[in-house]
Amino acid sequence: MKIVIKNGRVIDPASRTDAKLDILISDDMIAEIAPQIDVSDDAGVIDAMGCLVLPGLIDIHVHFREPGREDVETIIGGSRVAAKGGFTSVCTMPNTNPVIDNQALVRFIKFEAEKGPINVFPVATITRGSGGEELSEMGELISAGAVAFSDDGHPVVSSIIMRRALEYSRMFNVPLLAHSEDLELADKGTMNEGVNSTVLGLKGIPRESEEIMVARDLLLTRLAKGRLHVCHISSGGTVAIIEWAKKSGINVTCETAPHYFSLTDDVVARHMAMAKMNPPLRGEEDRKAIIRGLKEGVIDVIATDHAPHSENEKMQEMEYAPFGIVGLETAVPLIITVLVKENGFSYIEAFEKVTINPSRILNLQRGELKKGMAADITIINPDKKVLVDEDFLLSHCKNTPFLGMEMYGSVEYTICNGNIVYSNES
Amino acid sequence: MNSLKRKDLLDIQSLTTEEINLICKNAKFFKEVFTRSVKSVPVLRGKTVCTLFYEPSTRTRLSFDLAAKRLSADLINVTVSTSSVVKGESLIDTVHTLEAMKADYIVMRHGAALAPHFLSQNIEASVINAGDGFHAHPTQALLDAYSILEKRGTLEGLRIGIVGDIQHSRVARSDIEVFKRLGAEVILCGPPTLVPDDFKVYGVDISYNLDDILPELDVINMLRIQRERQKSAFFPSIREYHRQFALNAKRLERCKQDIIIMHPGPMNRGVEMSNDVAESPNLIMNEQVTNGVAVRMAIFYLLAGGAPLEEMSEAK
Repeated sequence: MKIVIKNGRVIDPASRTDAKLDILISDDMIAEIAPQIDVSDDAGVIDAMGCLVLPGLIDIHVHFREPGREDVETIIGGSRVAAKGGFTSVCTMPNTNPVIDNQALVRFIKFEAEKGPINVFPVATITRGSGGEELSEMGELISAGAVAFSDDGHPVVSSIIMRRALEYSRMFNVPLLAHSEDLELADKGTMNEGVNSTVLGLKGIPRESEEIMVARDLLLTRLAKGRLHVCHISSGGTVAIIEWAKKSGINVTCETAPHYFSLTDDVVARHMAMAKMNPPLRGEEDRKAIIRGLKEGVIDVIATDHAPHSENEKMQEMEYAPFGIVGLETAVPLIITVLVKENGFSYIEAFEKVTINPSRILNLQRGELKKGMAADITIINPDKKVLVDEDFLLSHCKNTPFLGMEMYGSVEYTICNGNIVYSNES
Repeated sequence: MNSLKRKDLLDIQSLTTEEINLICKNAKFFKEVFTRSVKSVPVLRGKTVCTLFYEPSTRTRLSFDLAAKRLSADLINVTVSTSSVVKGESLIDTVHTLEAMKADYIVMRHGAALAPHFLSQNIEASVINAGDGFHAHPTQALLDAYSILEKRGTLEGLRIGIVGDIQHSRVARSDIEVFKRLGAEVILCGPPTLVPDDFKVYGVDISYNLDDILPELDVINMLRIQRERQKSAFFPSIREYHRQFALNAKRLERCKQDIIIMHPGPMNRGVEMSNDVAESPNLIMNEQVTNGVAVRMAIFYLLAGGAPLEEMSEAK
C-alpha cells in the first residue's frame, strides 16, 4: 500500500525542516521525502495543499481508565480520540484500577492497544500499588514494555523512596515522571489559591504546593544522579526553578498542558467542575511564564493530561467532582491558536513539544519525518476553524472548559504506521 | 420597578444596587406587616417553598420557614438526615424529585461553595442561597445591611468592622460586598491566618489589632469563631484568641458611644464576645433576627413578581 502526500508544508522539528515537500509512504514506512514525488498507479494521493504535514503527534500523559473504569474510557476508545486529535502515540498513566505495577498489566495494555488505531506506550508505577513504600519491579516492567515510571495522581511522599527510585531507575535510562505536589500544603483544595478562590470561598491550592515538591524532586535528582521529568507544570515559579535546575546540570525535563497556557482561574466561576484539574488553572502571570518557558525551551513537552470523567462525576458540587479534563482533541487547536497565532511561535517551536522532544525523552523512536522511519504523520489545516462542541468530541466524556469555543487548527488526517486512522472527510 | 427580574438569588455580586435597595425598601414594609396582629399576607398562596438544608442550621432555617408561612406558601422541609441524600443521591436528582412535587422555590444551605449556582443552571425552580460553603450568604448580608439602614438611614460613609474568621466566613464575604455597594468603608480584623491579603481585592482595609481600629468604627460585626480551627493551627488557643480579638467591656469603652454591635449568631459567649458585651444595648443581634424574617419575606415577594403593595396592606 502506497500513499503520496502532495503539496503540503512539511514541518519536521527534528531536522528543523519547514518546506514544501511531498512524502511517499510505502506500507508502514516513510519511503521518500522530496520536493516532487510522482504518483504511481498503485499509490493513493492525499492533497495537503494549505496544510501542515507533521510527524505523528505524541502525547506522553494520558489517562485511558482501563483497567477498572471501562465505563468511562477504554484503551481502544481513548486511542480513537487520540487519533482524531492528531496523535499517533500516547503514553498511558498507570493510575488505573488496579494500578499498572506488574508485567501482566503492562502486557494487557499493549495487547488491548494492538486492536486500536495508534501506538500506546504504557507507563508503570514507581512504587508498588503507587503506595509510595516499596519500589515496583522496574526491570521486569521495562522488559514487558513499560517506557517510564510514574505514580501520577500522587507524589512519592517519602524523600528516601524517591531518592532510591531515582537511583535505581538509572540502570534502565528512563526518567521518572513526577507528579510533584506537597499534599499537606495543597490541603485538599479545589482551585488555585488567590483572589478568585478567596472571592468564591473555595479552598485554594497554593502554587507553592507544586513548587516545593518540584524543588525537592530536583534536589533528589541531583543527589541520585537520576533522570526526572516533571509532569504538568502550572506555575511561573516552577518554570524558574526548573530553569535553575537545567542551568545547574540536573538531568531534568518537564511538560505543561495546553490548558495552562490557554486559561487562568478567572474561568472557574463560570465553568466550575469543568475547569477543575490538578494542578489547577493559575493566574495570568503564570500563564505568561508558561508560554515564555515553552518559547525559551525550559519546558520541553506539551502533554494533555487527558483525563476523561463521566457526566455523573462532573455533574456535582465542584468540591466533590474529581480533578481532570479531556484534552486530546483540543490540543492541536490550542497550540495553533494560542501559541502560533497569538504568541508568534514558529510551527517548529510549537510542534517540537509534541513530536521529537517527547520521543527523545522516552526513547520512543518516533516523532520525526525521515526515510525509513515508521509512517506516523499528522496533517493539519492551521487556518481552518473548529468549533469544540459536544458533537466535535468523540467520546461520551465532555469534561472540558473549552466547550463552545471556536479555534483555529483542524486535524485533517492522522496516519499511523502507514494506515489512515483518522480523516476529517469521514 | 417592584420585582426582581431574576429566577434565583445566589449572591450579592449578581444583584444590582437598585435591587439591593428594593429588597431593603420592601423589608421595611413586611416588618410592619408582621408586627401587626394578623401577620400573614397571601403573596405566595398556592406556591410551594422547599427548604433543603445540607448543613445544620437553626435560625436561618426558622427564618425562611416563617417568612414563607407569613406569605401563605406551602412549606416542605428536607434535611440531610431524613432524606435520601445519605443513600448517595446526587444533588441534581434530589432537586428534580422536589421539582416533580412542584416546588417553586428551593431554599438551599450547602457545605460546598457554588452548589446553588450549579443547581440553578440545571433546574427550573427558583434557587435561594441560604449559605454555600465559605462563599456566600446573601440573605444574611441583606438583613445586616437592612438592620444598619434602619438605625442610621444610610450606609454611606459609615466605617464597618468585621472581626474574626474572615477566611472561613460566607457571612463576611457577602457582608463586605453589600456594605461596600451601599457606600460604607469596611475594615477586616483578625489574625493573618484568618484574614488573607487576597481580601484586599474587595477594596477593604485589613488590621490585625482590634484595639487600634475600635475608636473609628460606626458598626462592628463580630463573627463566630469555630473552636475546630485551633486544631488546624489557625490560632494557638481560644484563650489567646479571646485576648486578642474578643469584644469585652474594656474594649467597648474605646468605641463610639452609639456603635452598633452585630453578630450573625449563634454566639459563643466568652469566645468572640464577653458576657457583659452580650448584654449591651448596642448589640442588635435580636433585631437582626426579626429583620431576617422581613428581608426574606421581601425576597420571596419580589422573586414572585411583586404584586402591588396596597392590595396586600388591605389583606387582613
